[in-house]
Amino acid sequence: MSFLYKHKKLEKNSILLLICIIGAILVGGIVEIIPLFRQETVIEPVKGVRPYTPLELAGYNIYIREGCYLCHSQQIRPLRDEVARYGHYSLAAESMYDHPFQWGSKRTGPDLARVGGKYSDEWHAAHLKNPRDVVPESIMPSYSFLSRHGARLHDIDKHLRAQQALGVPYTDDMIKNAESDAASQAHAGSDNQTAMEERYGGPLNVRDFDGNPMLVSEMDALIAYLQVLGTMVKFTDYEPASATNTAGETQ
Amino acid sequence: MITDTATSKPVYNDTIVKLFTIACVFWGIAGFTVGVLIAAQMAFPQLNFEPFLTFGRLRPLHTSAVIFAFGGSALFATSYYVVQRTCGVRLWNDKLALFTFWGYQAFIVMAGLGYLAGVTQGKEYAEPEWYADLWLTVVWVAYLLVFLMTIIKRKEPHIYVANWFYLAFIITVAVLHLGNGLALPVSMLDVKSYSAFSGVQSAMIQWWYGHNAVGFFLTAGFLGMMYYFVPKRAERPVYSYRLSILHFWSLIFIYIWAGPHHLHYTSLPDWAQTLGMTFSIMLWMPSWGGMINGMMTLSGAWHKLRQDPVLRFMIISLAFYGMSTFEGPLMSIKAVNSLSHYTDWTIGHVHSGALGWVGFITFGALYYMVPKLWGRKELYSMKLVDLHLWIATLGIVLYIAAMWVSGIMQGLMWRSYDDMGFLQYSFVESVMAMHPFYLIRVLGGLLYLSGALIMAYNFWRTIRGDIAIKEQPLTAQGAVA
Repeated sequence: MSFLYKHKKLEKNSILLLICIIGAILVGGIVEIIPLFRQETVIEPVKGVRPYTPLELAGYNIYIREGCYLCHSQQIRPLRDEVARYGHYSLAAESMYDHPFQWGSKRTGPDLARVGGKYSDEWHAAHLKNPRDVVPESIMPSYSFLSRHGARLHDIDKHLRAQQALGVPYTDDMIKNAESDAASQAHAGSDNQTAMEERYGGPLNVRDFDGNPMLVSEMDALIAYLQVLGTMVKFTDYEPASATNTAGETQ
Repeated sequence: MITDTATSKPVYNDTIVKLFTIACVFWGIAGFTVGVLIAAQMAFPQLNFEPFLTFGRLRPLHTSAVIFAFGGSALFATSYYVVQRTCGVRLWNDKLALFTFWGYQAFIVMAGLGYLAGVTQGKEYAEPEWYADLWLTVVWVAYLLVFLMTIIKRKEPHIYVANWFYLAFIITVAVLHLGNGLALPVSMLDVKSYSAFSGVQSAMIQWWYGHNAVGFFLTAGFLGMMYYFVPKRAERPVYSYRLSILHFWSLIFIYIWAGPHHLHYTSLPDWAQTLGMTFSIMLWMPSWGGMINGMMTLSGAWHKLRQDPVLRFMIISLAFYGMSTFEGPLMSIKAVNSLSHYTDWTIGHVHSGALGWVGFITFGALYYMVPKLWGRKELYSMKLVDLHLWIATLGIVLYIAAMWVSGIMQGLMWRSYDDMGFLQYSFVESVMAMHPFYLIRVLGGLLYLSGALIMAYNFWRTIRGDIAIKEQPLTAQGAVA
């Protein structure tokens, strides 16, 4: 019964008890979290992943604001049915610029990790306005107000700057042009398109997403975000780098 | 055991306990009501009213209201009640204690209004934005100070086991909150911030936080409650001192590791998933250690369950605790998780723990405390306590059974193939199949809410000093026992 005797020390000394509690609860977190910051062992480098454009970032923020992540996941597991239903399983790199991650924990609606390009802009706009117009059995809320509200773009450069401070590779050039980039991404055939695509290193979705060229709406921003989800990595030229990925796939 | 000095009331600060008790009942009813509403939204999407009252904005309101407002107020109330009585001294610093009350209520209102306006960090159970997080940090430090200083100036030589659990809950929640909350505001005048972490790291840190919000907020804190109120109500000492030491240290050490089971088969490295699964399975034992210690405290006093519905609340809560802490490790096994994850099974699991364990142990503690706090001999009506018990139990059973069936069905529909090897069901077919179960869930939630309303009425009459006339014999029996 010696451990009982020794434990009496803790029961009589509140500060010692507090210190021992802190010690006991720190171990697990340290072991599981600290090694994840050795990026090279955690995130397999893949081509194509870039920071969101200002309009897409505005859309990402609307996605969070409306709590979309509470019903839609963005994480395809390497399981046969998920790969068949949603596409290639999610790679760590694909969410490396999401502060925070949007993997979700519940699929009241389908996974959205690779929803980009699967439906037309018109479909998304109609679906967001009233989901039951295009999917009669849907239980998703309507978000028709998004097409009436202008996207908040006047201070989007501050958002890019905050993300830059957190390690997202936004260049000063991107930050300087953030507001005009956001506006021009919502207009097909914009003069700015070439310069913008150069800044973000590749072709972008540049068009009027919500069918109303008079207003760069929250609907434009959200659809721009949805249409890029899962499309940055081109899986035609992707080879899994490590054996663990292959093992995962056969599960 | 707690000494007789524990009943000498005048020295204690019970005003603060009363305030948190009232807040607890109020937020409980508010949180359950929002729960019923969002459950109904899933059965009838027309009940979403954009932009403020959509499921996406109301769901954090529900989870925060029940976990942090209802559960948090219950923890504040009982920890302040218990620490004074087990240390034999008045709470340290009345003014700071009062600040924790108004400060915490201000945090709840700040967070809740934010959700309706769409102000959220987008991390489950950690939705409040940076300004609310900072405010909560101030309040929480005050809470730790009040609690710890009261222990430090105690008259009893030993720190009672309930206080170990409360202390572990307070300090760990502080660590988790600070770790997961690290964020950079867009500007000092902007409510929006970006999490310091991204992708895999933010996922791991979020579920380190999220799972231990369950482990420390909803488990360790409420175990502290259990360790005081079950022995008091049963008038028996805690079953095993040795077991309480063993399960306390193993519980707090192991819980922290379990987070990655929320991230099975994701982009999180495999080794972390395996560690999370292993520790989640190990967690079964310390969890059941607590359940056994609580239930066996009734050794030699089982007959009291027949007469005392308040004790029944406590014991049924331990039964739900035992059940959900068995179900949890089961669901953390990767093979099971591949089916259960993303489905309603998880929702059912959470609610058997939240409604059954957290809710019932709180109701038991409140029924015990309220007459004592307001200087009444007994509750207004024991029959109403009994009615509350059965209505709420039936509500939980309907809720979790519906979610088990719908969750497993969902999981199986998503992974079933036709003869050609193609997916058999479109996603929306699985949504349609959920409808009857979502209706049953609404009914279960309504029953649970009704029980809480009955409790509030019972408290109201008790505080007024009424005793239901028909119940004199039962009250007399209770007094003898």
